[in-house]
Order: sequence, then C-alpha cells, then structure tokens
Amino acid sequence: MLSKRIIPCLDIRNGQTVKGINFVNIREVGDPVELGRQYSEQGADELVFLDITATHEGRKTFVELVKRIAFNLNIPFTVGGGISELKDADALLSAGADKISINSSAIKNPRLIDDLALHFGSQFVVVAIDAKEENNHWEATMHGGRIPTGKELFSWAKEAENRGAGEILFTSMNHDGTKNGFANEALAHLSELLTIPLIASGGAGTMEHFSEMFTLGKADAGLAASIFHFGEIAIPDLKSYLRNAGICVR
Amino acid sequence: MKVAIIKYNAGNIQSVDYALKRLGVEASVTADPAEIRSADRVIFPGVGEASTTMAYLKNHRLDQLIAELKQPVLGICLGLQLMCRHSEEGDVTCLGIFEETIKKFKLQQDLLPAMKVPHMGWNTISNLKSNLFDQTLEDQYCYFVHSYYATVGKDTAALCSYPSPFSAALQRDNFYAVQFHPEKSGKVGARILENFLQLSFQP
Repeated sequence: MLSKRIIPCLDIRNGQTVKGINFVNIREVGDPVELGRQYSEQGADELVFLDITATHEGRKTFVELVKRIAFNLNIPFTVGGGISELKDADALLSAGADKISINSSAIKNPRLIDDLALHFGSQFVVVAIDAKEENNHWEATMHGGRIPTGKELFSWAKEAENRGAGEILFTSMNHDGTKNGFANEALAHLSELLTIPLIASGGAGTMEHFSEMFTLGKADAGLAASIFHFGEIAIPDLKSYLRNAGICVR
Repeated sequence: MKVAIIKYNAGNIQSVDYALKRLGVEASVTADPAEIRSADRVIFPGVGEASTTMAYLKNHRLDQLIAELKQPVLGICLGLQLMCRHSEEGDVTCLGIFEETIKKFKLQQDLLPAMKVPHMGWNTISNLKSNLFDQTLEDQYCYFVHSYYATVGKDTAALCSYPSPFSAALQRDNFYAVQFHPEKSGKVGARILENFLQLSFQP
C-alpha cells in the first residue's frame, strides 16, 4: 500500500537552514546537507529545500548546494526558490534535484507550468501555493505571504494541475507557525478536487495534528519544519504514532 | 568493475551516478557503443516520455545495442518501460526484451482521493523472484514515481499494488529492471544496487 509521506522542509538562506515563524523572524538551525542526511537516517520520506529569500531578493538558486545534497542524500528531494525559467530548472535537474517547486513565478506566468511539465515531465513539477483565508475566501499570496494575487486557492490549484503540475504543496498562511494544527477543511476540499498528490503544510504542532491532516484533511503528505528542526517531534516517534493510529507509513 | 550508465535524452541520470559513488563505484555515463559493450554492468535509467525517448534510441542505434547486451543490465523506471514490448505512452513499440506491456494508471473516481496519478511515494515490493533481491527485501518500501506501469506476466520479478498488482520488477536472463528508483530508496535501494553489482557474470 502506498504510504503517507512525512516531509521535513529546510528553508535555506545563504546556504544555511532557517525557519521563520510566520515567515518573519528568522533564526539559523544548521547545515542543510548534514540536516538532510540526519532526516533521511531517521526515516523522513522526502525533503524540501526552499531558498526562501531567492524570490524576494531576485537571487537565482543554489546549484552548488543542490549538488552536495544530491550526492549525500538517498531519498528524493525537492528544491524551490527563484525558479522563473526553464534554464533555472534545467540547472537544478542536472545538479541532481528530483523535483522543483515553483510558487510566485507560476502565478506571474502560469505558462511556466506547461513548459516545465513538457520539458521535464509532470513528476518534476511541484506547484507551491501559500494561501490566506479571510471571510471564508482563500486567496493565493506571493513573496512569502506579503503580496495578495487575486487568485482563489481552489481554482488556481486545479488550473496548476490542468497545466501539468505533478503535485500541489499547499501552505496555509493562517496556520503556518501557529502549531495549532493544519487547515484540514481546506485540505480535504483540495484533495477531493485534485487528482494529483497533495502535500499539506502549515500548523504542525503535535503528532495528532499529522494524524488529523491525513484523515480529516485527506492529504497525501505532510510537511513541517521547526518541530523537526528543534527536536519537538522525532520522526521515528511520529511514524510509530501514525502506525498505531492506523495510518500507512513507511 | 566497469559500470556504464547509458547516456541519452532522459532526465535524472545524475542521481544514479551519485548512488553508485556512495557504494564506492565510479561509473561512466556514456553513449559510446564500444564502452557500453565492454562494461561489466550496464545501467539504463531514465525519467521522460516513452515515444520521444524510443525515437532517440533508434536514431542513435542504441535500441539494438541494448537488446543485444550479454552482461547484467539494469533498467530503472522509464528504462524498465522501454525494455518492454509496447507502451501506451505515445503508442510506441519498445525494445521487446520483456513480454510485458506498459499501460497508464486509470483514474477511478470511487478510489479518489486515495489513489492519485502519478503513483508517487513509498510502496512495498513483494513476491520477489530474482537474484536481484534477497529475503530481507520482501515487503520493504521503495520509492516510486510513475503514471504508466508494466503488466504482470512471466518476466515479473516483483509485485507492487496500486490498487491492482503491477510489475515492480522484471527479469529475463541477463536483463533486470525495476519500476521504482533504487537510487532514491534509502538503504533498501542501496542494497538492491549492491545485489546487482554482485551478480555473477563471466564475459
């Protein structure tokens, strides 16, 4: 049976792992290659490396770091940040990335999804959506939640799928950093709407939150950062908790 | 030991090379027929679209070369699919090393949202029937990413279910192939690659 995936997310700035609470306060938590290897040893199913300042400062992505990660890691990993054209994606693929994640650049130029899927295959293209809920309306945001886009979450996710995205990574800006649980209602709606896998992000605080995200939220994978980085939840413990709750994990 | 990774227009060859390096093996990534023929092991990896890739292999006369190899050959992912008889992806005739054919996973409304396409993530391999595997690998998790799958037939060397059984691995004579990515399947995948490197073979 296909297992549910647990994905630690490593936000990278200047080659170091960081985690912002609500994307604002940032503190350093270590070397991404070493952290990545530790997570793989502990049973993480995949990893995501996001160059969080890349879009904001217009920086291009971090190919050399990706090469080191690819060499040292024996599980799949996604990289994101600053990918706005085919050649950015090509450089990351050649460096050994399994998937790329695009966010703001897809909103500005949705055709990019079609082009990437056509050139590299849908399995290579993750469309990340940071969305915020206000008065029962979910709107996609750009640049780490700072800029509204006018795009409604559900229709944008479906459009991304239709254009060739292989996965959707949905972060609820209302939940991110709160540790009060995932946006399960919106997740379930998204999961039922989509025919491609859905990764849930934002709000993980306890092991029960992961179990709810898989059962109530119907997500295929769960992503979190600080609770793993700061050792609040150990992945082997989380896996056995989920197994006992009847959820299929590796 | 000389290991050749066949270089062609498919993606993600780099990570196979890295996985071998982690096992202490320096492979050459090559399209040179003489180098491929003289290698002790040949790996045929790949991520991409079947019909365009087959056209490329034919144009570069790699199709016949691969089918005639005598040393252990390991196809990975698209490599496995291209070694079969036919693929639904672009309705193309493939190398025909294995009798099985390649079909697309059909979306079944009653199975959503649990069964999405692509089949992406960690799933177990079972009914292992090949010296590529050993007892420790039965029911272990491997990493899969694919929308097309090989049917079950007499070359089937491992099964996986999504939700019906398909061929997670195939073997016929010196030809081995896996649908999952051993280079991305943690320790389980590393063990499978090691088993492949340790197969006995006299040139």
